[in-house]
Amino acid sequence: MIDRTELWIVIIALGLGSFALRFVFLGLVGDRPLPAWLLRHLRYTAVAVLPALVAPLVIWPPATGGETDPVRLAAAAAAFAAGWWLKNVIAAMLAGAVVLVGLGYWLS
Amino acid sequence: MAVRGVKSSYWKGVRDGAPFLLVVLPFGMLFGVLATEAGLPMFDTLAFSVVVVAGAAQFTAMQLMQDNAPTVIVIISALAVNLRMAMYSAAMTPHLGELPVWKRAVAAYLLLDQTYASSAIQYEREPDMTLSERFAYFLGVASIICPGWYGFTLVGVMMGAAVPPEYGLDFALPIAFLAMIGPALRTGAHVAAALVAVTAALLLSVVPYNLGMLVAALLGMMAGAEVERRTQA
Repeated sequence: MIDRTELWIVIIALGLGSFALRFVFLGLVGDRPLPAWLLRHLRYTAVAVLPALVAPLVIWPPATGGETDPVRLAAAAAAFAAGWWLKNVIAAMLAGAVVLVGLGYWLS
Repeated sequence: MAVRGVKSSYWKGVRDGAPFLLVVLPFGMLFGVLATEAGLPMFDTLAFSVVVVAGAAQFTAMQLMQDNAPTVIVIISALAVNLRMAMYSAAMTPHLGELPVWKRAVAAYLLLDQTYASSAIQYEREPDMTLSERFAYFLGVASIICPGWYGFTLVGVMMGAAVPPEYGLDFALPIAFLAMIGPALRTGAHVAAALVAVTAALLLSVVPYNLGMLVAALLGMMAGAEVERRTQA
């Protein structure tokens, strides 16, 4: 059971902290130009952060206690492959979901 | 096709943002369901989504609070997951930085994965948009995504008691993230960034409190930037 006081400390701290992170450049830098090297790094934010976040969750899912699971592995591969070839986020999500549910049902 | 006028820019934002509701839907509902199953009251769960507006950080915080991690660690880890918001903020600065400060504060609150992604693509495609057209477009995307996030959280809360912890619900988040990666790998530099990030994240997974993920993401970005620099030179 989560303590309600702790919960509200977390909500308020996260709210303020997240706003600060979102405001830091936009609000404080304003219309001053950013250096080219910084912009060049920022272009790769999404393709670096998302894979880094997701890779350990795919290989060692917390739900299985960290044990590699063939069904989740196959679903992850399907979602990525569909996105790569079809260039479509929704189609890729559907492909992953179908493999996850279908294969999970079939194997259980 | 060029966008002209503030009003049509706003509606283009709404149209471009609408498909992302399909991404917001599972995350929002999942958060509502998981928070309710963890015993959070409806008001607190909804407040969480309205105040923080960041799916991955909210999931991280919930997970760690359930594991009874110290409050400071909960906050630092969830903010670390949200560090990419600072990068989005920097990326939006060349496009929206000339706005008055209160509009920049509004844009900052509404700066999410989806508003960033749609706007970054749109501003790159049509560099001759005026400042107010750009802000209108941004608000258009946000005005469909943010209420969607609050609303689907609420739907999840209502489903919370009814949904049994079914097989695979935990994996909705990785699937959704993975689905976004494939279409984003447009050049060799993007592929290099992703490969380095994945390798480093797996090697550094023993580093506590999400720090390995942060280092891996940074290494991935450096790899992407370096490949871009070399291919252009």
